Amino acid sequence: MALYSEKVMDHFRNPRNVGIIEDADGVGEVGNAKCGDIMKIYLKIDKDIITDVKFETFGCGSAIASSSMATELIKGKPISDAMKLTNKAVTEALDGLPAHKIHCSVLAEEAIKSALKDYYDKNGIEYDKKDFPDCESCGHCCVTGT
Amino acid sequence: MIYLDNAATTKMSKAAINAMLPYMDEIYGNPSSLHTAGQRAAEALADARERIAKLLGCEAKEITFTSGGSEADNQAIISAARIGERSGKKHIISTAIEHHAVLHTLERLEKEGFEIELLRVGESGIISPSQIADAIRSDTCLVTVMYANNEIGTVQPIAEIGVICREKGVLFHTDAVQAAGHLKIDVKELNIDMLSLSAHKFHGPKGVGVLYARNGIRLVSIIEGGAQERGKRAGTENIPAVMGMVAAFEEASAHIEEKSARMICLRDRLIDGLSEIPHSVLNGDAEKRLPGNVSFCFEGIEGESLLLLLDDKGICASSGSACTSGSLDPSHVLLAIGRVHDIAHGSLRLTLSEENTEEEIDYTIGAVKEVVQYLRSIYPIWRDLGSGKKEFIIK
Repeated sequence: MALYSEKVMDHFRNPRNVGIIEDADGVGEVGNAKCGDIMKIYLKIDKDIITDVKFETFGCGSAIASSSMATELIKGKPISDAMKLTNKAVTEALDGLPAHKIHCSVLAEEAIKSALKDYYDKNGIEYDKKDFPDCESCGHCCVTGT
Repeated sequence: MIYLDNAATTKMSKAAINAMLPYMDEIYGNPSSLHTAGQRAAEALADARERIAKLLGCEAKEITFTSGGSEADNQAIISAARIGERSGKKHIISTAIEHHAVLHTLERLEKEGFEIELLRVGESGIISPSQIADAIRSDTCLVTVMYANNEIGTVQPIAEIGVICREKGVLFHTDAVQAAGHLKIDVKELNIDMLSLSAHKFHGPKGVGVLYARNGIRLVSIIEGGAQERGKRAGTENIPAVMGMVAAFEEASAHIEEKSARMICLRDRLIDGLSEIPHSVLNGDAEKRLPGNVSFCFEGIEGESLLLLLDDKGICASSGSACTSGSLDPSHVLLAIGRVHDIAHGSLRLTLSEENTEEEIDYTIGAVKEVVQYLRSIYPIWRDLGSGKKEFIIK
């Protein structure tokens, strides 16, 4: 299907880092089934380095591909790099996403931030709240009602 | 490739293709031209109109050729509205599960000051004739109810609705795009005043359809220009497409019973197979549905992922899923039959043709089971559901 780039299809068909980490140091979950996307990220962190990352995702092809790509981009990297990961970087690494699918890359960025926040919270590490805007602010959850 | 998206469009039949070819080659005249070439085309068009009328049980002059189902729906509804407003009748009754060609036309009329009443359907997706009878008022100018639904395949009680509308003197239009060529339709027997159909849903060409309007119903032109179609639809007639449509419609109508018996067999085999998937639900009524329609919702599944993975396995399917249509809202039809958003995202529509085989059905059942199982394995809350921490929506 020409809806997606080959990169997106590759990451959708053969997602990297799928699964869970039972003893994760940080776990983040964003989105909800009502909107049609949920991403859950598990991080293993050792001395500020993300040594392992896994994800579970409910969503369309680009949601799965965005999760896969985002995990690849932060695996083995310092936390400071992961904090700087933007949805734009995820989209570019996937050779682009259709306009109405950009929110999937936003969700991937937020899921990683949410997992890092969980790591900070669990370990009593101080952080600037501005680095973690509420999920609500992204506006991707357009579905209202029931 | 296993093609299970016949509600989207069908493969053209050989009869349809062969019927079109001469009109793209030798008989290319414009039927409005006075010369021999034009008149040959005009004769073909007249003949096509007679043949379509015969299949629908009406007169040739009650047939208008259009660019397809959407145009026919637009023209029927707008015409009825214009007739109504002349006598101060501006109330229109329809259902919540109509095609957008109907719903969006009604929305346009609503902005003009018409009162649109969309009747709700129950979980089966079927409207009851008494709902129509109760909703009709002295200022109702039109009842428009689709013959069969494009997503969930439910077939509406058109005959009963026709009787009610005729008794109450209200115009009755039906969008029969999914029904034509698959169910027997006689507009006089069914008391239908206006009907829309589209050729490419029954192995005819795309871009051509029919609006039937009973004698005496004054149609309003949607497209202005020449005096083609008795001044009701401007633009040079698409004769090759019309000829292909007639051939396809005759072929489809000639074998309706044997074809639908075969398709119902395949359909129910598919429904039985997919019903084995835990936490799944059939959408629409099990009996009163199109012979070729299978529609399911699976908990924990997002439709687009399901479609892409089925495509990888050679299966062409579709979904009422938000993502596939470029909008994030789930299907209005699935929401109308009471599926919650979470579930409506996980729909799968498989629509058969008479060419599908049992082997294809069995392969598809296996493929869907496999893909559903895989996608659930990466669904973040599937384990919580399995362990009882969270509750399944579809038991």
